[in-house]
Amino acid sequence: MRERDIITQRLGISRRDFMKFCSATAVAMGLDASFAPQIAQAITAARRPPVIWLHGQECTGCTETLLRPSHPTLDHLILDLISLDYHETLCAGGGHQAEQVMHQSIKENEGKFILVIEGAVPVKDGGVYCQVGGKPFVDTVREIGPKAAAVIAIGSCASWGGIQAAAPNPTGATGVPAILKEQTVVTIPGCPPNAQNFLSTVIYFLTFNKLPALDSKNRPLFAYGRLIHENCERRPHFDAGRFAGAFGDAGHRLGYCLFKLGCKGPVTHANCPIQLFCEVGSGAWPVGTGHPCFGCTEEGVGFNTPLFTQAKITIPTPAATPPPITTEQESQVTPLATTLTGAAVGVAVGAAMMAGKKATSEDEE
Amino acid sequence: MSLSRRDVLKGAACTGLVLASGVNAQARDKTLPPAALGILYDATLCIGCQACMSGCKRANKLEPDPSGNESLWDNPTELSTKSLTVIKQYRQNETEDKAQTVKSGFIKRQCMHCVDPACVSACPVSAMQKDPATGIVTYNKKACIGCRYCQIACPYNVPTFEFDKPFPQIVKCQLCDHLLAKGDIAACCQVCPTGASLYGPVELLKEEAKRRLALPEGQVALFPANDIRTGRTVSHTTAEYQQHIYGEKELGGTQVLLLSSLPFAKLGLQDLPEESYAGVSENIQHTLYKGMILPMALLAGLLYFVKRNER
Amino acid sequence: MSPKSAPLSSRIFTWQFAFFLLIACCATFFIVKRFIFGIGSVANMNNGYPFGIWIALDVVVGTALGCGGYAMALLVYVANRGQYHPLVRPALMASAFGYSLAGLSVVFDIGRYWQMYNMFLPQYMNLNSVMLEVGLCIATYTTVLWIEFAPTFLERFGLKAPLKTLSKMLFIFIALGVLLPTMHQSSMGTLMIIAGYKLSPLWQTTWLPLLFLFSALCMGYAIVIFEGVLSQTGFKRPSEAPMLAKISRVMNWCLGLFIGLRFFDLFTRDAFGLAFTGTTQANLFLLENGLLLAAFILLLSPALCKKPAIHFLGGCFVLAGSGLFRFNTYITGFDPLTGHTYFPAASEITITLGIVAIEIMAYLIFVKTLPVLPSIGKEPHKI
Repeated sequence: MRERDIITQRLGISRRDFMKFCSATAVAMGLDASFAPQIAQAITAARRPPVIWLHGQECTGCTETLLRPSHPTLDHLILDLISLDYHETLCAGGGHQAEQVMHQSIKENEGKFILVIEGAVPVKDGGVYCQVGGKPFVDTVREIGPKAAAVIAIGSCASWGGIQAAAPNPTGATGVPAILKEQTVVTIPGCPPNAQNFLSTVIYFLTFNKLPALDSKNRPLFAYGRLIHENCERRPHFDAGRFAGAFGDAGHRLGYCLFKLGCKGPVTHANCPIQLFCEVGSGAWPVGTGHPCFGCTEEGVGFNTPLFTQAKITIPTPAATPPPITTEQESQVTPLATTLTGAAVGVAVGAAMMAGKKATSEDEE
Repeated sequence: MSLSRRDVLKGAACTGLVLASGVNAQARDKTLPPAALGILYDATLCIGCQACMSGCKRANKLEPDPSGNESLWDNPTELSTKSLTVIKQYRQNETEDKAQTVKSGFIKRQCMHCVDPACVSACPVSAMQKDPATGIVTYNKKACIGCRYCQIACPYNVPTFEFDKPFPQIVKCQLCDHLLAKGDIAACCQVCPTGASLYGPVELLKEEAKRRLALPEGQVALFPANDIRTGRTVSHTTAEYQQHIYGEKELGGTQVLLLSSLPFAKLGLQDLPEESYAGVSENIQHTLYKGMILPMALLAGLLYFVKRNER
Repeated sequence: MSPKSAPLSSRIFTWQFAFFLLIACCATFFIVKRFIFGIGSVANMNNGYPFGIWIALDVVVGTALGCGGYAMALLVYVANRGQYHPLVRPALMASAFGYSLAGLSVVFDIGRYWQMYNMFLPQYMNLNSVMLEVGLCIATYTTVLWIEFAPTFLERFGLKAPLKTLSKMLFIFIALGVLLPTMHQSSMGTLMIIAGYKLSPLWQTTWLPLLFLFSALCMGYAIVIFEGVLSQTGFKRPSEAPMLAKISRVMNWCLGLFIGLRFFDLFTRDAFGLAFTGTTQANLFLLENGLLLAAFILLLSPALCKKPAIHFLGGCFVLAGSGLFRFNTYITGFDPLTGHTYFPAASEITITLGIVAIEIMAYLIFVKTLPVLPSIGKEPHKI
């Protein structure tokens, strides 16, 4: 069977559409579009890489968001491009049957499968706060993790604990990288993360058989290399000092910068302003809809810094308006300084006067 | 024998005459170095994007300087230890002459790299040096004692001092001389999108400035950009220029030349004489201390009188 | 050298002394702070006003107050007025303190103090620099002052041999002690010429060196009168009024020259009109010259001069007026036209006051332990 037919049959899309997708993926990963054929080959390889998808403390929002893209539909990709051997939400079977499939797949594909973990791992009290099949989730992660070819932590919860890890963190929720310290765990934080970022990471691994370049928090640089503030569509308003002061005020309605409403764009690394969400067109991301970024992709910001607390600008750049020719500096005169000056002059004059008086009186004696 | 009061006064008066005559005693030879490098800043081409400020910070590894506002922007109001160049904007206010056609204008502040630099003349320990070839005024922290006399001396208020540090330095633009070795040009000119900041040999820049002053207003013309030697040009509509190249003659001239359509006084640039203050100061100093002849003669006289009068 | 001097034998630690000690301690605290956190942590100096009161008061006015030794040496040794000799030693001591403490102020005013010795290294010297001349000259003169003052120590500790050697060579140091202040006091005026337009035309002139020299002489004589009267009343010593009265006449000559030159210069440069513009600068100019003119007129009559109150008042006016002239030239007459302002911080003022306090304490210790003041033959009263 020719390649074209395979694609048409398996993916249900035309070759042209498929190659377009491959080019788009290459660009999303920061690769040259000429990588598209290589990506296409990786995706259409006969042996689909098995994927084991585990769920910990989470809301399944990450899985949900992965089901949204339609270009091509992600269910096609997940079901046809990769062999999704175990996924609790998508499993047709259940109970012991499902468990058995998972263990069998792990045994057969040891060192070859991709392990995706969604959700935080509670470690307090032996990890009893999240158990699947009567087994603490933390033990499952520790058992399966080392056997995988690559581990991807999807979502903020799996990356660093997410909302579960917010104070007081009653269950001791922890991110996967902190559990599997021995190996590199790629993190795709976000609440939910952008499906495109996850997909691109997986495809990069399939194509080049290695992980993409990562930052210090193991986030793929192609997606998390820059601050939201740097690419934000409202940045000109920031530079010009035009801010929304309150939800619904004139500035907010005019689409001004949301910094003063607590936007965490200046401290959050993510490609949201470029990638957008859900393929529904421009403005489809929090800031685009008029809501300040809450920093979901940044550990210590999302779920930690209060929503309306202003972020700190770490690398300030010049504003759109230069300063005037002469800026009058603030007066340095303080009451204490004037008092001291007055006292010193007073004492000197007083002492001189007293001495002068004395000299005069003695002279007259 | 004793000296009368009259004699003493006579002596004082003579000293005074010598002091005063020193003012016009010598003409110092301060001319543009042969390979002088500089910048031609044309305010009529500047769009106020401040890319030069950002470029300067990157090239010189300087911290942001959020002075004067809410710390959201890197917006120095003046040259500072963190900002070697600053773009300022003049805006016509309501009380000013309404007939004035130009309502707003930019100006780039930075070291002017004087032909006869006051800071070099003032520095007691030669920490400020004028490169004999390129004419770039450099700073050597190994020599500097931090007396800040260069700041008093500079007629353009350029050198800044790290008052906030226990081990401070003087900080000023050195025309990116650390990049010259690599074959690069000053960062501010490298990043300037319009050619408002143009780098190159001062002689060429002067010619270019004169060419611009001669251009009729409103005509589309080509303007060299980045480095005048590369031939890269940008086309602009010419503005109405003030027929004055600021820095051509001011205090003996500078290697940074300024053009503007606004009077320079409105841009915070003082109207300066052609003779440098450094020259006036040095003339007095050299008249009095040339070869230490005068002090030595005075000492000889003093020795004589003191020896005679001592009991 | 002079057998006519003797130490006062009164208690050193008095309540006044404790007060000065307290100020000095506060100043020490801020000086330590300056060395840990930088100049900006205690002073308001900024890029527009790089010179603050540490330079303007402690050095420029301070060394002029220390010109008593210079002025008296000029009078006694050059103009051969030997009758004033008893006043030389206290004047020399005050000069030595004034200059030493000005030197100390420079150490914490200078940013890169650990490299200060660069001034003395030939490879770094810039012979065009007025600052170099001032720096080297003040350093040398301070040394010379202590050598001139050394006989006092040698007498106190009975070291006859070195005293004899020093006495033979002393004339060299006395001559240097006249030459050096002539050089650097005038140069302190030259120092501000390079500031150009930044210094108001009320002060900016090429005559600054000569004006500064005259003002140093005026202040030198004024401080001798001032100290003479104070030590007389303070330590209950016999009056030196006749001698001080004559010195006030000499001072008035210098003052006359100063005022003459000052106004000649202002009129020839057409700058005098600025004095009546009502600005702070103009008002301080009027105050400065009002004080000096008042002193000049007060001391015009030789008969009036003889009254201690008059020559004391005249001396005070000269100190204030001439000191203000120097202060104005360095601070208030200076405006970089960049929107910067300067007013010293409380901590900055405290340091300057501390320097003055140290100077007064040292003076008290010295006159009470060393043969400085003219001997009066009998045990003085205790204070």
